Amino acid sequence: MTPQSAFMVVAPVRAGQIAALRDLLRTMTWAPGQADPDNALIPFGRCARLHFARLVVLEDATLADRAAVGAPAFGAPVSLAFLGECDGPAEAQLAEFATLAPEGLRKIFRHCETLDDDTDIAVWMRAHAVAPATFYVNWVGRTVRQIHEEAALHRALRARLLTLPADMPALAARADLLDYVAAEQQAGRLPLSPPEPTPPAWQLAQALHAIWVPLLLVVLLPVFVLGAVPFLVILRQRERTDPAIWPRPSTPHAEALAAIEDFDVSNQFSAFGSLKPGAFRLWLLRFLLWVAQYTTRHVYVRGRLARVGTIHFARWVLLDENRRLLFASNYDGSLDSYMDDFINKVAWGLNLVFSNGIGYPRTDFLVLNGAKNEQAFKYYIRRHQLVTEVWFKAYPGLTAFDLARNSRLRAGLAPAATDEDAARRWIALI
Amino acid sequence: MTPRTHEAQDVQALVESGFSKLTEACFLLLRVRDAAAARVWLGTAPVTTAADLHRHVPVAMQVALSAAGLRALGLPELILAEFSAEFLAGMAGEAQRSRRLGDVGANAPEAWHWGGRSTPDVLLALYAEPGGLAALRASTATQAFAAGFTTIGDLPTSDMQGREPFGFADGISQPSFDFAGRRTPGTDADLAYGNLLAAGELLLGYPNEYGRITDRPLLDAGCPGAALLPPAAEDAGRRDLGRNGTYLVFRQLAQDVQGFWRFAAAHSDAVGLAETMVGRRLSGAPLLPPSAAPIRGVGPDPDDIGLNGFTYAADPDGRRCPLGAHVRRANPRTGDMPGGVQGPLAQAIRMIGFAGAGDPRDDLIASSRFHRILRRGREYGRTLPPDQAAATDTAPMPETGLHFICLNANIQRQFEFIQNAWLANAKFDGLSGEADPLLGNREPFPAGQATDGFGRLCGLPRFVTVKGGAYFFLPGVRALRFIAGASG
Repeated sequence: MTPQSAFMVVAPVRAGQIAALRDLLRTMTWAPGQADPDNALIPFGRCARLHFARLVVLEDATLADRAAVGAPAFGAPVSLAFLGECDGPAEAQLAEFATLAPEGLRKIFRHCETLDDDTDIAVWMRAHAVAPATFYVNWVGRTVRQIHEEAALHRALRARLLTLPADMPALAARADLLDYVAAEQQAGRLPLSPPEPTPPAWQLAQALHAIWVPLLLVVLLPVFVLGAVPFLVILRQRERTDPAIWPRPSTPHAEALAAIEDFDVSNQFSAFGSLKPGAFRLWLLRFLLWVAQYTTRHVYVRGRLARVGTIHFARWVLLDENRRLLFASNYDGSLDSYMDDFINKVAWGLNLVFSNGIGYPRTDFLVLNGAKNEQAFKYYIRRHQLVTEVWFKAYPGLTAFDLARNSRLRAGLAPAATDEDAARRWIALI
Repeated sequence: MTPRTHEAQDVQALVESGFSKLTEACFLLLRVRDAAAARVWLGTAPVTTAADLHRHVPVAMQVALSAAGLRALGLPELILAEFSAEFLAGMAGEAQRSRRLGDVGANAPEAWHWGGRSTPDVLLALYAEPGGLAALRASTATQAFAAGFTTIGDLPTSDMQGREPFGFADGISQPSFDFAGRRTPGTDADLAYGNLLAAGELLLGYPNEYGRITDRPLLDAGCPGAALLPPAAEDAGRRDLGRNGTYLVFRQLAQDVQGFWRFAAAHSDAVGLAETMVGRRLSGAPLLPPSAAPIRGVGPDPDDIGLNGFTYAADPDGRRCPLGAHVRRANPRTGDMPGGVQGPLAQAIRMIGFAGAGDPRDDLIASSRFHRILRRGREYGRTLPPDQAAATDTAPMPETGLHFICLNANIQRQFEFIQNAWLANAKFDGLSGEADPLLGNREPFPAGQATDGFGRLCGLPRFVTVKGGAYFFLPGVRALRFIAGASG
């Protein structure tokens, strides 16, 4: 099994270079925001292990909110972020980019500080790599190759099924389909590669992580018990007084965001903002993201993040010496349905993390209200959202549900003793 | 008996009635020719209100305004800017909205009869008892009216006796509304599907399903003319331009009656196939038996229970009603949690996502209550019985279809969500290449995957084509009088 990784390179854009950078990034797209897989700068389509990638200028339009809550001003840079998700180690993906498109990367990152003509691009990217605090993978171990192979299997089965009589008994239809797949595989047309061996180092790290985090929580339990009352007192006091800032997003901003959405079944989401000032919120957030990372590594690894099954990948990244947080995800459907899932299914989870950001709609006891204030939450989200200049997806037209369904279809090829009903259920997947 | 709004004299009657006895109707699309004259006419327009419905109403007139119309009438930009973004942008105003609504290809606004390149300012809906429409039209077309407006569209309707042009009984499933405010939304009862909605899902100025009041223009009490308006429920110091009003979504949908029935007739059981595409019998009867537990907001009328007293919970695989059937998409009848009302522990386990694991379809579509609309459409053109429509030797029919009209307080979360996430979406509920069998535009995905499947069938032709449309504001009567008095 090959685990998935998140790569990300961040560097401040040179003064006066933002517009030129955006113009350059636009040349990489076939429609607003949609990466051309064969673009001249970074031909994403040639990276066999790449799931998603994006280039986004981290230009924080909500910086003025800091003053409103008394957060100290800082020389907040406008940075360029190049991030994505891949099979295997992130370093290997960055190295592949550096080998595949050194000139394109150089052209892009020349707009950033510290990249000079004599800097090695691979070394420079490694030096500017940033790891997420929490990283969610829809299905740990599902590779790009597997996705393409299983999608081809689904297509082939569907085409074959349509040639069979609709009233054919399910067992007979299944037998025909299995024979057909076997013949196609014999002819080398439907490869279904077995999973690669799981890297032992990753396995070991997983096992240790699975144990030491709960252990540490148990050890710290007395601290939590003793600290619960003061914590709640401080929390409630802050929740009552933290200003909520969620004006309606400006029309040009809302239009710029919508202009790059809904070309296909999935969309990207990048949101950016400042943490509330002070150690209380910072350490609360770090603790929650640390716990969340445990759940995404060991619990939410099979198709769902709590009740939400439409997220391919998501990450939370602390930037600028922990002053700001970037949330980036790839999801199915339109933003409307994404936000409604947020509000109706996992408002508690969003509140836990994002209520530590400046201006978030008021929460109670960290999990209540907040996102349930629907209109405020939608304004807040849209206002903090960034226009992602370039976004690439390796398997257009396929939702996370499709991927899971195709895997089930493949698993159902195994000649387990089936009855008419089981055969019918398997065929229904097609 | 529908519970009445408290402020019936301020609510246009369409909110409470589809005027089913007024079988003649037409929709006039108007452009403001002279703002002052238009305002004079609107200030005294004989708008039928919900308060009129307790007596015999032989004719009815309803007035709705587009964003362009409000602007043309001189409503100040600062007030206008507080209407919802989608209303201001308009149904056809942005390429991205058209993409989301499926208004691309043959449905693209560029080819619409109206509403595509420019939006009408005013929608005037006229309804009359049989034989009464001509007189109503004549009485409307006064000199004062002609001084204010140019009629740029005149959309006739046909009485198809409660059927839509394909021949199916129409308008069967409608939400009911808790105008009295007796129900608290978001309690455990909402874990199961219910048909009774907060008034704020329909009318602006009232709490919605989130227990909040949807944004709409609020005016300072000192604003000229604002004294005409009701006070805002959440801020008595401000005046509410939205209260008792709603957004009216209008789409002209041409239906290819012959194409539909010829396609169906090419398969063994034409009516059976058509019924599975729709998700109801021709008569309107559901494909599923009534659910054991009563559904809040359905009944007590036994006919209503027979037609609407069901959910799809007992048919998760779509064996009796296909997952992609039109009515199942338009209202999936899901509660906030799969499994409905359960103990607190089971609920907590579901909340963190530990139930239904193994079946990726479980819990894909939840919380229907946030995505309901009240439909008030009218048919146009003429229809044919299925067997005649299916015959290949009949002459082509004139354009026939539905003037789809719906009312909702939040266009984005209600109409647009249903149209985008449920109807146009070829991935709805885990399907993999089928948009709505009736409404789908059949356009493939950018990577080429088809969207024109339906179960084991593929290559469905387009049966419905969008021919026009716009977003309107159906104001309360006091709001209409305020707008009519607005100075530019």
